[in-house]
Amino acid sequence: MEIDKFKTEEKVTWCQGCGNFGIWVALRQAFLELGWGPEDVLLVYGIGCHGHMINYLNNYGFDALHGRGLPLAQGAKLANKNLNVIVIAGDGDQFGEGGNHFIHAARRNLDITCIIHDNQIYGLTVGQTSPTSEKGFVTKSTPHGAPDQPVNPISLSLASEASFVARGFSGDVKHLTKLFVDGLKHKGFSVIDVLQPCVTLNHLNTFQYFFQRVYKLDEAGHNHNDKISAFTKSFEWGDKIPIGLFYKEERPILEELLPQLKPEEKSLVDQDIYNIEIKSLFEEFK
Amino acid sequence: MIDLTWKIGGEAGYGIMSSGLIFAKAALRSGYFIYDLNEYPSLIRGGHNTYTVRISDGEIYSQVKPVNLLVALNQNAIDFHKDELSQGAALIVNTDKVDQEKIKISKGVNLFPVPLIKLAKEVDGKEIMMNTVAIGASMALLKGDFEVLTEVIKDFFKGKEKIEELNIKAAKLGFDFIKNNFNKIEFSFSLPKKNRDNGMLLTGNDAIALGAVKAGLKFFACYPMTPINSLLAYFAKQGPELKIVYIQPEDEISGINMAIGASFAGARSMVATSGGGFSLMTEAFGLAGITETPLVIIEGQRPGPATGLPTWGAQGDLRFVLHAAQDDFPRIVLAPGDPEECFWLTIEAFNLAEIYQAPAVILTDKHLGESHQSVADFEDSKAKIDRGFMLSKDDQLKEYKRYQFTENGISPRGIPGRKGFTFRANSDEHNEYGFSNEEAEVRKNQVEKRMRKMETLAKKIPNPNIYGPDKAEFTLIGWGSAKGPILEAQKALETENVKTNFLHLTYMNPFPSQFVADFLKGKKNVLMVEQNSTAQCAGLIRERTGITIKNHLLKYDGRPFFPEEIAEKVKELWK
Ligand SMILES: Cc1ncc(C[n+]2csc(CCOP(=O)(O)OP(=O)(O)O)c2C)c(N)n1
Repeated sequence: MEIDKFKTEEKVTWCQGCGNFGIWVALRQAFLELGWGPEDVLLVYGIGCHGHMINYLNNYGFDALHGRGLPLAQGAKLANKNLNVIVIAGDGDQFGEGGNHFIHAARRNLDITCIIHDNQIYGLTVGQTSPTSEKGFVTKSTPHGAPDQPVNPISLSLASEASFVARGFSGDVKHLTKLFVDGLKHKGFSVIDVLQPCVTLNHLNTFQYFFQRVYKLDEAGHNHNDKISAFTKSFEWGDKIPIGLFYKEERPILEELLPQLKPEEKSLVDQDIYNIEIKSLFEEFK
Repeated sequence: MIDLTWKIGGEAGYGIMSSGLIFAKAALRSGYFIYDLNEYPSLIRGGHNTYTVRISDGEIYSQVKPVNLLVALNQNAIDFHKDELSQGAALIVNTDKVDQEKIKISKGVNLFPVPLIKLAKEVDGKEIMMNTVAIGASMALLKGDFEVLTEVIKDFFKGKEKIEELNIKAAKLGFDFIKNNFNKIEFSFSLPKKNRDNGMLLTGNDAIALGAVKAGLKFFACYPMTPINSLLAYFAKQGPELKIVYIQPEDEISGINMAIGASFAGARSMVATSGGGFSLMTEAFGLAGITETPLVIIEGQRPGPATGLPTWGAQGDLRFVLHAAQDDFPRIVLAPGDPEECFWLTIEAFNLAEIYQAPAVILTDKHLGESHQSVADFEDSKAKIDRGFMLSKDDQLKEYKRYQFTENGISPRGIPGRKGFTFRANSDEHNEYGFSNEEAEVRKNQVEKRMRKMETLAKKIPNPNIYGPDKAEFTLIGWGSAKGPILEAQKALETENVKTNFLHLTYMNPFPSQFVADFLKGKKNVLMVEQNSTAQCAGLIRERTGITIKNHLLKYDGRPFFPEEIAEKVKELWK
């Protein structure tokens, strides 16, 4: 199969039935649909079960630090504006350790995509509460129920000025693939929060749980150009959980705002650094 | 011989720093060697600021204690600095802020009362330009060339014609006031214009910036923190012209991770911070280590811990930088001693970081980073760019092992986006292909491969410089910015016939262990001079050579060493 060109030979170690599989498939499908090859994409991974995907995808990869995928990806994108850059993050990874980076990456609006494997629990460290765990959720670190109100990834993205905000569900690969394609095509910072059931540790937010609740925003007539409606929809979480595109706006990306990265300029990595003239810089110090 | 120290003191918020720099540049352009020093508290307004400029017609390397011409903008400036005045010194007093009757100064100091504020107000109705009036007055006292001062002011305010014009007027009023009101000037110092080109007036930060540009820096992320702020201001301003991207990240953690990403992508990258910011960077410092990503880190030391003394100097982060982040990995640590070394070691750091695919730290401090020294134009055509074992897009590969085991520890470095092969960098321990791997054998081999890079480099580092005769009664050791004051102390001791030599260390890791051991062998009178409370470098020497240095001159009050203190210590110990 053509999709296999994005796969490595490494043994996949996710639990059987893990929600990560759906994301893995949808991503490769999206690359195919976009006509990209393995060498067109750099994926930067956070630390967690999600980050293990570095071993299974045959693209350029950088397994970063827990929560720090976004800054690393932004640096890579600024250095080589021609690279398609994707961040693979976890909910703990991105909204715990990486919360501050998330806010600032969103408002900076580089042309990168951030995919959050949101299983509402800490997977790799085997079952502690996460910033997106529901209130009252019982985990190893919250045996009496999580006392905190969860982070809302969608409204946080909107408030942080992300220019493309979507939610996907790894139980609906076809829909997820479409979201990935749209998000990757979007010029600007795109966030796709993916409901990704952890079959081993989260017995509340299961595939079944979501199958019963999710509905598609576009089918419900949601206007994704309207930020207020997007905010309103972002607070919906209960018997009904919306998936799809909440919000999208076109605004200049950081690359366009920096004169040294204008389209007519070479990427930083392609510039000659062997013969740099500095004599003219001495003048201001005289 | 001319050797003069001029000092201006007053309240923060009155532009003392710019006037000091203007005066220093005027002296530079008059053909003199310069060393300057500024002191300011961590405040925008109200605190006491000073700017000291040492001017000489011979080479100089640091500040010295006696002040020969003091400009006192307020009473504090007299109270704080009157004891620094030399015999025969001149004191310009701002009579609009200081009651002349109450001034108590020692005999032999000549008083020059000048109504600085009144004169400033004559220009534009405000008192802010009293500094410029004072510079004009200073120039007149020193029988300097007013034309030179005019030119400096013009260049300084280039593009702001109105401000330029007002400042020249203010300087002229000060200049004329002295000429017209004191027909016999009792002051023996003068600055006649000389026909000598003394190059540039650079801080360590300026020299690092120029070195980085020459080395091909393309990406710079830097969160503001004293004493590296002038670096970020330089690249923020010049970035578009030089095709260098400067980003102000949300914090230092982001900054270093961005720089690692940019470097992984193939751009020469740098971050700059002080100890507090470097504390935040430590995890990513290790990330650069295990992923073998080149990176240059400027660590401008200031007294700590935590916020410490934000605007003062120290050499207290040597041990921290040598050990920061968990476990062992190759790291390069360099400590330049003056702007000239800042320039060349920055270029070196970029080369070493890429050749050895490891992070390289340059340790500076407030004193080195923010003091100006006259430096001859760099012969930058001598600089070489070496990017190490980097694959090109034309390399035809059947398979690619990013972390291949090699004899010297250096593996082929790929650049993403250059077609032909994909690869991965991995913060998890990994096999030769970069895939996560926890096998004992693989882990052992990767650790050894990485550490072999350090062994490879250790064999190639240059010997440290020794100043003074090989054989001398007394030996001084210093690292980084202690260089200047030690060189000056040697000069002072020489005039008293005390012969010293001085070992200056700039490679802190890898460390020139054998050289230092050989050099110190049999030496009895050795003094370690450094700016921290536990003699960190003396400890390092002991660790690497087994040699204990018993005598330490340590300073940790935030103030730089003065040569007089060092000379005195030598005499106290051995005379
Ligand atoms: C600085 C740091 N702190 C803690 C850890 C331990 N750690 C690894 S993964 C993880 C949480 C994983 O949860 P999440 O980000 O949601 O990812 P998942 O495993 O669920 O995919 C933690 C706490 C770490 N690797 N680094």
